[in-house]
Amino acid sequence: MQLYLPIADIPVNVFLILAMGAAVGFVSGMFGIGGGFLMTPLLIFVGIAPAVAVASVASHIAASSFSGAISYWRRRAIDPALAVVLLSGGSIGTALGVWMFTLLRSLGQLDLLIALSYVILLTTVGGLMFWEGLRALLRARRGGTVTTRRPGSHGWIHGLPLKMRFKRSKIYLSVIPVIVVGLVIGFIGAVMGIGGGFILVPLMIYVLRVPTSTVIGTSMVLTLVTMVFATMLHAVTNHLVDAVLALILMVGGVTGAQFGARAGQKIRGEHLRLLLGLLVLAVGVRFAVELVIRPEDLFTIRETGGTG
Amino acid sequence: MTARASLTLAGLVVAALLAAFPARAERLIVSVSNHRVTVTPNYSGEELVLFGSVEKDASTPADRNYDLVVTVAGPRADMVTRRKERKFGIWINTDSRQFLKVPTYLALFSNRPFEAIASPEVQRRQQLGLNNVLLTQRVGPDYADVVPNDAFRSAFVRLRREHGLYREATSAVTFLTPTLFRTGIPLPAEVPIGTYDVEIKLFADGQLVTRTETAFEIVKVGFEQFVATTARQNGFVYGLATAFMALMTGWMASIVFRKD
Repeated sequence: MQLYLPIADIPVNVFLILAMGAAVGFVSGMFGIGGGFLMTPLLIFVGIAPAVAVASVASHIAASSFSGAISYWRRRAIDPALAVVLLSGGSIGTALGVWMFTLLRSLGQLDLLIALSYVILLTTVGGLMFWEGLRALLRARRGGTVTTRRPGSHGWIHGLPLKMRFKRSKIYLSVIPVIVVGLVIGFIGAVMGIGGGFILVPLMIYVLRVPTSTVIGTSMVLTLVTMVFATMLHAVTNHLVDAVLALILMVGGVTGAQFGARAGQKIRGEHLRLLLGLLVLAVGVRFAVELVIRPEDLFTIRETGGTG
Repeated sequence: MTARASLTLAGLVVAALLAAFPARAERLIVSVSNHRVTVTPNYSGEELVLFGSVEKDASTPADRNYDLVVTVAGPRADMVTRRKERKFGIWINTDSRQFLKVPTYLALFSNRPFEAIASPEVQRRQQLGLNNVLLTQRVGPDYADVVPNDAFRSAFVRLRREHGLYREATSAVTFLTPTLFRTGIPLPAEVPIGTYDVEIKLFADGQLVTRTETAFEIVKVGFEQFVATTARQNGFVYGLATAFMALMTGWMASIVFRKD
């Protein structure tokens, strides 16, 4: 069934978009990520203008993470105090990121910068996750004890002042690294047009040592708020949010996310990290390949406005 | 004024107009099948039909062979063509050329190859064929068109053609009788919204005899139009509504799928 998208200005197959939303929703529910780094390239591949794709995906991620956040909230898997502290950093980061985005756009070559940052970020994070997941898996296979939490090994991060007790996560931590993590995620998310969950979750696990029981739910709250903010910002400044496209993605996304979340509960943590690492790495490599191999067409056309 | 009187008056006006242009031996009368194409949710391309006839008068040579060229130009926009080059091992956009106020849709139809219709000089002057259409570029501080085989110009035309937005068909116009003709105007799914100008040129013996113009409009209607205008005019409300929609969808899903 063909449907005409009012802002993207092209007709699309509803079932294709619905299926894409469901697939990405499944992945996002499973790993507790927004899935923007998967959804945006997929939409561009279907023929939707990158700017419209980025803007519409923001609202899709908002819906997906809200439905996820609710189910995590019911299972008491969200740390409200931690979420609030993260958000204080996240909102500043998002504002800074939008400012940076506008600055880069005026300098030109924004596309290249986005592609390069995708490559660097995704391959690094994906590679690290894959490696860590693999090590954990081998350790478990050798019969050793899997220690995701090492209470004795407090690094320099735990020596910082302004400590706060996050009851639900059962951690006693300085607010400084939490705000910094929120800031970095907000910034990266706004510049690259992604939720940033796939970086946030490992950061929270490895740097902040947030237990796995609350990490996904709490990260979803941050993703939710930053993406609602991003939707508003895109709608007000660029008028590029396609509500029809977003709605189809949402319906597919939230459905997929429910099943994904259930599947995620059944899979062991280290397997989950290994899989996510592979996925992130694959997207990063794909971007890298695109930059390195000779493109099929050396020329591209883009409308720069001035209609009349 | 009675109907009869007004009819007489109209007749007089037509006669006066005809008298003002006595030199015109031929006249073109054209019409498109639809002057207002509406883009609906299930729009997936359409074909308009342009038909018309060549009206002759007493001064017209009896057995003249006519050639017809139809140019359809969509709404104009500025576009940038970029070229990628290998730098530091990766392919990046290096050179670019700006095209100013070029048609977003452009179609040229004729009944025979342009070379057979007119001399290269006339083809160039009358902009017959995609190679001869004026596509203004910003070349340094100047504005000019370049030679047809210029790398950027040919790449631009080629890419637009691949999307069905620029087209050229030298057998698309058919003469049903020596003076009655028709041609189809294919409009692909991703056709730009706006006013389309149609220019019809009549040639005989390699020279332009007469020309006429018509136009049609492509519009979005209904819900699509509403969404598009709201997004443009009330960005804040639109954003708020979209964000609210996102939250509602998420909330509904968590209720629907609730099992515990």
